[in-house]
Amino acid sequence: MTAPASTSTLDASAQLSASLVARFPDSVTADTRPGFSGFIIKKENLVEVATALRDEFGYDLLSSVTGVDYLAENKMEVVYHAFKTTGGPNLVFKVQVDRVDPIEVPSLYEVWTGADFQEREAWDLMGIRFTGHPDLRRILMWEGFEGHPLRRDYKEAFFEEEAKPFKSRWPEGNHKYAEFRTPHRDNLIFPEGFDPDNYKPENEDELYFSLERSSTKREEDALKTDHIVVNMGPHHPSTHGVLRVVVELDGETITSLKPVMGYLHRNHDKIGERSTFLQILPYTDRLDYFNSMANNFGYVTTVEKLMKIPVAERAEYIRVIMAELSRIQNHLIFIGMLINDLGSMYTPSLYAFEERELILDIFEAVSGARMMCNYFRFGGVVRDVPDDAMQKIKDLVHDRLPGKTDEMERFLNENEILLARLKGVRVLNAEDAIRHSVTGPCLRAAGVPYDLRRADPYSVYDRFDFDVAVRYNGDMYDNYLIRFDEIRQSLRILEQALKQIPQGSINSQKPQYQVRVPAGEAYGRVESPKGELGFYVVSNGKPNPYRYHVRAPSFVNLTAVESMCKGTKIADFVALLAMLDIVMGEVDR
Amino acid sequence: MYGKGILKGLGVTLNRFMETYLDDISWWVRGKKRYNSAEGIAHRSSKNTRGIFTVQYPEEQLLTPEEFRFVPFLVYDEGAEGKQEVRCTSCGICAKVCPPQCIWIVRTNDPNTGKPVPQPAQFYIDMDICMNCGFCAEYCPFDAIKMDHDFDIASVSRNVYDLEKLLKPATYYAKIRPQNYNREEEARKAKEAAKAARAAAPAAAAPSA
Amino acid sequence: MENEGLNLPNYNIPEDIQNIVAVTTLDRLYNWGRRSSVWPLMFGLACCAIEMIAAQTARYDMARFGMEVMRPTPRQADMMLVSGTVTKKMLPSIIRLYNQMPEPKYVVAMGACASSGGPFKEGYNVVAGIDKFLPVDVYIPGCPPTPQALIAGMIKLQEKIDKQSIKQVRWYTKGKVDANYVPMPILGPDLIDVRRNAEYKAAAAVKATQESA
Repeated sequence: MTAPASTSTLDASAQLSASLVARFPDSVTADTRPGFSGFIIKKENLVEVATALRDEFGYDLLSSVTGVDYLAENKMEVVYHAFKTTGGPNLVFKVQVDRVDPIEVPSLYEVWTGADFQEREAWDLMGIRFTGHPDLRRILMWEGFEGHPLRRDYKEAFFEEEAKPFKSRWPEGNHKYAEFRTPHRDNLIFPEGFDPDNYKPENEDELYFSLERSSTKREEDALKTDHIVVNMGPHHPSTHGVLRVVVELDGETITSLKPVMGYLHRNHDKIGERSTFLQILPYTDRLDYFNSMANNFGYVTTVEKLMKIPVAERAEYIRVIMAELSRIQNHLIFIGMLINDLGSMYTPSLYAFEERELILDIFEAVSGARMMCNYFRFGGVVRDVPDDAMQKIKDLVHDRLPGKTDEMERFLNENEILLARLKGVRVLNAEDAIRHSVTGPCLRAAGVPYDLRRADPYSVYDRFDFDVAVRYNGDMYDNYLIRFDEIRQSLRILEQALKQIPQGSINSQKPQYQVRVPAGEAYGRVESPKGELGFYVVSNGKPNPYRYHVRAPSFVNLTAVESMCKGTKIADFVALLAMLDIVMGEVDR
Repeated sequence: MYGKGILKGLGVTLNRFMETYLDDISWWVRGKKRYNSAEGIAHRSSKNTRGIFTVQYPEEQLLTPEEFRFVPFLVYDEGAEGKQEVRCTSCGICAKVCPPQCIWIVRTNDPNTGKPVPQPAQFYIDMDICMNCGFCAEYCPFDAIKMDHDFDIASVSRNVYDLEKLLKPATYYAKIRPQNYNREEEARKAKEAAKAARAAAPAAAAPSA
Repeated sequence: MENEGLNLPNYNIPEDIQNIVAVTTLDRLYNWGRRSSVWPLMFGLACCAIEMIAAQTARYDMARFGMEVMRPTPRQADMMLVSGTVTKKMLPSIIRLYNQMPEPKYVVAMGACASSGGPFKEGYNVVAGIDKFLPVDVYIPGCPPTPQALIAGMIKLQEKIDKQSIKQVRWYTKGKVDANYVPMPILGPDLIDVRRNAEYKAAAAVKATQESA
């Protein structure tokens, strides 16, 4: 797979535009708002056009689905981003509907199954009803919650002002707890005339009906068996954070499964829309809290696209170095935690954490914090890498990490118990993975060499010589081994980056706390260790974004968990979940 | 042979177990202190660390890199007779840039004229909201607010710091961040020199004109 | 000296039997036993949980404080380390876990989010601090607190345990056994803390009269 030359991108998109409009002259128009791109598709023809895009134009991977609430124009817009798994830039298409409840848009579930959770999220947070979606329930909030919080006119209980900075902080900033500003002295908001004494909470019937609907229980079985429903989590020692999974079992076989999330929904998008562009940066650290560097990377790439500013040469290399170090420690932890999930408590994860600590020492020396680095700035990074930290990076990359990776492989790879648990247990095949919009190591282990660092190169990744790690069996063992391959490739990139890194300034911009971002939209994406991390930002020229959406790889990858696990044994479930390498901070945001 | 892989793995654990004692012996032979010494702690954080990895906080403590940040504090210079010259001018940039908006500043107003005086009347930081991002220190134009190294601040009640608790002397700042302090001092001296030169230049130029 | 935490201070034990004999009070013995084996509930919420795991690993090794036995069941745990953002959706589960823990039990709010809602305080799904519902013993600031800061907080908790007296602790006091029982909140149009129903109604009434006026 080769990267398309940037000069031909424009031609290609013009060609695509012409052919698409020619194919659907009545239903497709180009989006001509300044700063925006892509197409606007008529709601009635959406499914038809989307099917053609997938089958005729080759956009087989639906990356992101999200809503934008244009309150002033009284419009609600759904934005889709689709990609080709053979590489190349993105295709944006939108549907606009009037902002009058019920807001209805046809569901693309049948075209791309990967739209499943994202459409549910748009329903939950924006109140857009996707007709034809088989399981449209709230996903992050609970059933019965009042309102759709990401609408522009929704005001949370601790609402102070439309955007930060709040005027109450300075110059008359007498400290006052937020609690004392609200009627209930707490982060609570109730509808008018609410009577708590006679309130009947909604039960979880919807969830269990949906579980029943998607069950694959076979009726013609000779032996009539009862099936049981097991609730795992949200407090479960093996789930990765606070995820709850409802499983229907026939004996030990999973017949149906529904993940329930939102237990760590921290309102990232809403807080982002209240914050200035710079203030969002430390919040992105807390998305995938193992890889704050990768999150920073994705966000600054997106905003730099909007601002159209260059990045200092040295900073580009520093960014790549930090992102790859982050990838190595993430994969090491993945391996340790996987073994943990398989029942071998501690030892491998303790070994993994040892190397992670050494990498975190570097992050601490460079950025000031171990986990929440907040190291990137628009146009560069915050400070240069100190000499001793640079020496330590070289020490680790050249002398320690290759040996330790080998040691880890020697330690685990041939272990018969591990092989028995992992080999031959199916995770995903290529077709399923693409259909469910799965990205990252899981997709590559299914035989699709789709890595954004090659497919749609960002930063300076096109200057390095490395292979896209790919394996073909799609079973758990391949999913496990591909992490080692990726660590090796990351080390290769690191070696070259450390050799090539130039001297010079580390930021192309002057440090300023209020950046000017022109109006428009941008979708930036990077290959985070978990998959494609995308940020969709709409700016209207104000200091804070109008719409800010995170396309989190963990969240979208989790769409596949249901089809992955049906028919397997309950004992394999936790390991299969580990394969997706989800982190709840990113799933729930 | 079934079990060979397991044995191979156990070999790795045995090796790592032995390394602790081999390293202990080699430190002992060289007559050096492995535990409770700066050299030992530095070695345990280097690429050569093997075997035991524990740094026994609170008896030992990891080496804190200069850039390490925990919570913010305000810097004051020690003036004559122990007077605290607070660097903060209550310009409010830190309160504006703070992502979780946990900084509250009351600006001093001159009681006679009602005009603002460049000094904070009160300064609050809610340490239980602070997300340790370091923006306040990064964008402060007066080097007045800095990130602390002291992380042992757990308490049995909510932590809202006022001016009294926030203020720390410049000597403390110089101690925890020597490189930054020296760089800032040099910049400040250069600026003052330039200012003095500019002030002197018109005075020198005036008589000739 | 071997039994530093156990021995009564300023009581001179002859040097040759120092390692065999300890002179102490019942309170001291009781607290020494409890503070040296605080078993945390194996329970993580968000980013802080990762630092909690890191504190359990080789480099920081909380086992040195008798805190390595992370119990997955609340029935065997002494301390709940609320490590991360408490969301409204998660809160009923947390309360249920807390109510299942046997006395004596402690709650440590690790990090900004658990202490006050932290950077996410303004969010519509975030509880502004676990202390709204559970009695918190130690607050550890930081986002997230480094493992060393967490251990420093744990030492604070040990100090707090040291100060307790067997005669006054609530779990041996008549009529106070269930003093810390927290009724389950309900997930309605927003989170409903059933202890405060009357307050909600009063606030709604005030709002209604304000609007009509």
